[in-house]
Amino acid sequence: MYSQGLTDAKGQAEPEELMAEFQAKIDREEKIEPRDWMPEAYRKTLIRQMSQHAHSEIVGQLPEGNWITRAPTLKRKMILLAKVQDEAGHGLYIYSATETLGVTRDQLTDELLTGKAKYSSIFNYPTPSWADIGAIGWLVDGAAIMNQVPLCRASYGPYARSMIRICKEESFHQRQGYEIMTVLARGSQAQKDMAQRALNRFWWPALMMFGPSDKDSTHSAQSMQWKIKRFTNDDLRQKFIDATVPQAEHLGLTVPDPDLQWNETTGHYDHGEIDWHEFMQVIKGNGPCNKERMQARINAHEAGAWVREAAQVFQQNQAKSNSEAA
Amino acid sequence: MSEMKLYEVFIRAKSGLNHRHVGSLHASDPEMALLNARDVYTRRQEGVSIWVVEAEKITASNPAQEHEWFDPAEDKVYRHPTFYPLDKEVENM
Ligand SMILES: [Fe+2]
Ligand SMILES: [Fe+2]
Repeated sequence: MYSQGLTDAKGQAEPEELMAEFQAKIDREEKIEPRDWMPEAYRKTLIRQMSQHAHSEIVGQLPEGNWITRAPTLKRKMILLAKVQDEAGHGLYIYSATETLGVTRDQLTDELLTGKAKYSSIFNYPTPSWADIGAIGWLVDGAAIMNQVPLCRASYGPYARSMIRICKEESFHQRQGYEIMTVLARGSQAQKDMAQRALNRFWWPALMMFGPSDKDSTHSAQSMQWKIKRFTNDDLRQKFIDATVPQAEHLGLTVPDPDLQWNETTGHYDHGEIDWHEFMQVIKGNGPCNKERMQARINAHEAGAWVREAAQVFQQNQAKSNSEAA
Repeated sequence: MSEMKLYEVFIRAKSGLNHRHVGSLHASDPEMALLNARDVYTRRQEGVSIWVVEAEKITASNPAQEHEWFDPAEDKVYRHPTFYPLDKEVENM
């Protein structure tokens, strides 16, 4: 989801005996730890999945960061700052976990800034109104939770542990978003309209966060077998819809899908077709804010260069004066 | 620019408990590592004490030799109380 299943693991020849033992370990629900033997394809798939997830946390700060200076009250501003700070932390937890697979942080940063690595399509949508901040917390963090809860049981130890930590922090994110929507939905007509427009803007992009439909998602089976994915994209999407529609109804808001309908037989909501063309466009870099997001990350990295350099020089000077004193 | 050093972070959740490994981070020096660890890993009062240690200073056993390395303890069942049967009449020892 944050990695949107766009990765592909090319099968590679590995010693059969090691492979069998590896799979048996996973089947026993034992964790794989950094220095344990693992197939190259497992390592590569995880690096891609985890780094896409980490990049998403980092880029995900931008749409919300847009409203920190314009939050309607001091209370909302403090909440939003804390939420965005959490996302920076999430990025860091997952980067650290990814580095245990043998990549460096500089490599990962470089892949993001050069556009080699992907991040979730959702963060390429704009946030023109305050209600979008509510919609993001409620829908985007809500969708993230659906995906991340099962990943707390992922087979790779450092990944699973970072997910546990993240999940503990996410429910605050979703609740503060829903609370923003609640206040607006119960406010003036103009506020209610603003909430509805934000739901209209974010509903479909939120559904796309779960990645392509199962029939178009080729490498799911391997990832499921390795337990680095525990539900299919469509299953998670359905779970999200089932959980979220009643929340929208509770606020008197309308989900922007004319085909949405409760299905007595399946016990789930039926929903309309997702615009996969739009999804592919956003993934390819042609979404409404792709260029702006990348530029913001590049600017931040470049503007921060002097801080990193100063820290290094400080450390070298400290080391020098320590050795002179000794 | 060369990458900053990797530090492993250990946190004592409250007094009376051991420090426990929680993750890692990059920093240019130990003080910065401590500050970052506080901001990253204890935003919700998860700790009362933090240790940071340069990752490269840790010496670790080799998981590939897991079996040989730990097998001296494997056949010493007599180290466990359950090795010693007790007569029924003697309860709770
Ligand atoms: Fe997050
Ligand atoms: Fe979040």
